[in-house]
Amino acid sequence: MSATNDRFATSAGLSAATVQVLTEDGRFEPTDAAAEYLPYLDSLTDDDFRRFYRDMVVVRGFDTEATNLQRQGQLALWPPSSGQEAAQVGSAYAAKPQDTIFPSYREHVVATIRGVDPLDIIRVMRGVTNSGWDPTDPKNGNVRVYTLVLGTQALHATGYAMGVKFDGKAGTGSAQSDEAVIVYFGDGASSEGDVSEAFVFAGSYQTPQVFFLQNNQWAISVPVKTQSRTPLYLRSSGFGIPGVQVDGNDVLASYAVTAKQLDEARAGHGPSLIEAVTYRMGAHTTSDDPTRYRTSDEDEHWRGRDPIARMRAFLTGRGVGGEWFDAIDEEAADYSADIRRRTLELVAPAAELIFDHVYSEPHAGMAEQRAWLERYERSFEADVPAGSTTSTQGGAA
Amino acid sequence: MTELTLAKAITTGLADALEADDRVVLLGEDIGKLGGVFRVTDGLQERFGIDRVVDTPLAEAGIIGTAVGLAYRGFRPVCELQFDGFVFPGFDQVVTQVAKMRYRTQGAVKMPITIRVPFGGGIGSVEHHSESPEAYFAHTPGLRVVACSSPQDAYSMIRQAVESDDPVVFFEPKRRYWSKGEVVTDVSAVPSLDRARVVVPGTDVTLVTYGPLVQTAVDAALAAEDDGVSIEVIDLRSLAPLDEDAIVDSVQKTGRIVIAHEAARFGGIGAEIAAMVTERCFDRLTAPPLRVTGHDIPYPPSELEDHYLPDLDRMLDGVDRVMGVRV
Ligand SMILES: Cc1ncc(C[n+]2csc(CCOP(=O)(O)OP(=O)(O)O)c2C)c(N)n1
Ligand SMILES: [Mg+2]
Repeated sequence: MSATNDRFATSAGLSAATVQVLTEDGRFEPTDAAAEYLPYLDSLTDDDFRRFYRDMVVVRGFDTEATNLQRQGQLALWPPSSGQEAAQVGSAYAAKPQDTIFPSYREHVVATIRGVDPLDIIRVMRGVTNSGWDPTDPKNGNVRVYTLVLGTQALHATGYAMGVKFDGKAGTGSAQSDEAVIVYFGDGASSEGDVSEAFVFAGSYQTPQVFFLQNNQWAISVPVKTQSRTPLYLRSSGFGIPGVQVDGNDVLASYAVTAKQLDEARAGHGPSLIEAVTYRMGAHTTSDDPTRYRTSDEDEHWRGRDPIARMRAFLTGRGVGGEWFDAIDEEAADYSADIRRRTLELVAPAAELIFDHVYSEPHAGMAEQRAWLERYERSFEADVPAGSTTSTQGGAA
Repeated sequence: MTELTLAKAITTGLADALEADDRVVLLGEDIGKLGGVFRVTDGLQERFGIDRVVDTPLAEAGIIGTAVGLAYRGFRPVCELQFDGFVFPGFDQVVTQVAKMRYRTQGAVKMPITIRVPFGGGIGSVEHHSESPEAYFAHTPGLRVVACSSPQDAYSMIRQAVESDDPVVFFEPKRRYWSKGEVVTDVSAVPSLDRARVVVPGTDVTLVTYGPLVQTAVDAALAAEDDGVSIEVIDLRSLAPLDEDAIVDSVQKTGRIVIAHEAARFGGIGAEIAAMVTERCFDRLTAPPLRVTGHDIPYPPSELEDHYLPDLDRMLDGVDRVMGVRV
């Protein structure tokens, strides 16, 4: 791939090198750069197209509901995924069941598609649990837990992918059992040293993995140009890892590119980077105020590139009627209502749970501190002294 | 004298520091247009420009590591780390470089770097946003580690930290950012950065704490008064070095000490103080030093943080115990 000077001028925009399949108004007009990925669309049916649309709409609805729940004091925080649905739906469907996903903290669409109960995401953001779901339970589709420390999961994914390789589970030629790993991170996180180190290890070990960078233009208030003067898909090439830029608001392009790169990884051809150019349509989180740092013109511009509208136009062009879209909207409303109901039903876990799972093996300090807390808290009910001869939350005898 | 929130007191202190010395530069994530996620640097970029209030790329090792280079060049960097749980990507630079440069160069190169860290829990947030990592830093020779607790101290201490030729890790009690108090901006008469402060005088028990729990300790002292127990509350302000004499003077009077912090107990600041007091006041103690701290567990999910965080009742329970009211 070539990097001309004008490409360096704007790292946020698309260029001739960008893979795009659907135009902004939903016409099927692949760019030249898309040519090598198009075969991956051949196997998709109209049902698939509809499922893509349906998932984008349903999770947007859930995301909006979660944002409202946070505003109503039901959640500690909510990082909205709104605007990034196409990149997430496309890449999630491109992964095979045996693949493993390392998300960041905004991959609500990916997680949901892989089988994670959205209520488990809600539970994390409500502060009921630090991880929400069991990443080893098959029902969660090999989605590892969310990571709030930026970039760190890139190394975890790379280590996991090294393990896949050591286990001989990539490059055997078996479509059913060869595995790949995909890790999600943001334009901001790409600056963390951990991400560069992950590139180094991945390049060194030729890991079966895809780095999926959602460039949503912003890291809270910091524009992507502060992170990189070159388009981010070029970041990995110096590490010996090829990169490709895709229009992340184009679900078909996102699907095709990810499907191909994951195939390459499974086939033993090594790692790659995908930069999905998209936009965070909402605030960074519910405690953020984007009016302090970005203009309404910019918001307006990107609202005009809404990934859901694009897919709707595409489907309409293929003869899907208004009633079907209305039905999806209704389904999304029901889905959100269900989440809201279940969120309001959540109860705080028992206090003693805070001592569980700190260690695998018995640990004297844990047992003692747990016992102390139980006695202490009970002392308020029964009005008896907490007492302790050993604990140093207590300590003095 | 003006009434300011603790956050605004730091803002004012930083503005005055930028004004006073044109080698002072601020570095951090989102500190420019956004004014930081807690708005502590609100308006400073607009006022002082993008070369003095720098929105950095998203990399903590980068922030601290480039601050080392800027310090080499004669600047006085003030770094903001966005949350307590996100200091660790920059931790290597702090421990291996910032803390040791002066020693390594036998005084030829100073590191007048201030590292601001909003810390502590009680704000109902998600993982990594409520931690108290101060002991890691206090354990590192070469660093000064301080925690402010009131708007006045927030102002004075940030001014002193920026002016100090030593690196200062400056902990800000994020759950007290919005508490208000009178602030005077003349720092000529304020105690130096390494001094503790008696916040409430008392005679029966010394209650030592810092940062977010100072207010809790003051409330506990008030509550204990009703039961006829006189608590002397000491705000450490400086965690490294410790103002040992201030603590010892108090314990010589009271004979009892309770140390409170949100951080886990094991290897914490409380352990250091308990050992020091035992060494220096052994004969005077009428009860063993006692710690009221977070449990030795990772910070729990926020719905359960009340079971983790020392509060007024836990402090009073500790006071009761050193008083022999409870066993
Ligand atoms: C190591 C670390 N430093 C700082 C933060 C605080 N923080 C949370 S999200 C964020 C911006 C992330 O931007 P990006 O990687 O582009 O992801 P996006 O939020 O846009 O999805 C920052 C600075 C963090 N979570 N982890
Ligand atoms: Mg981003």
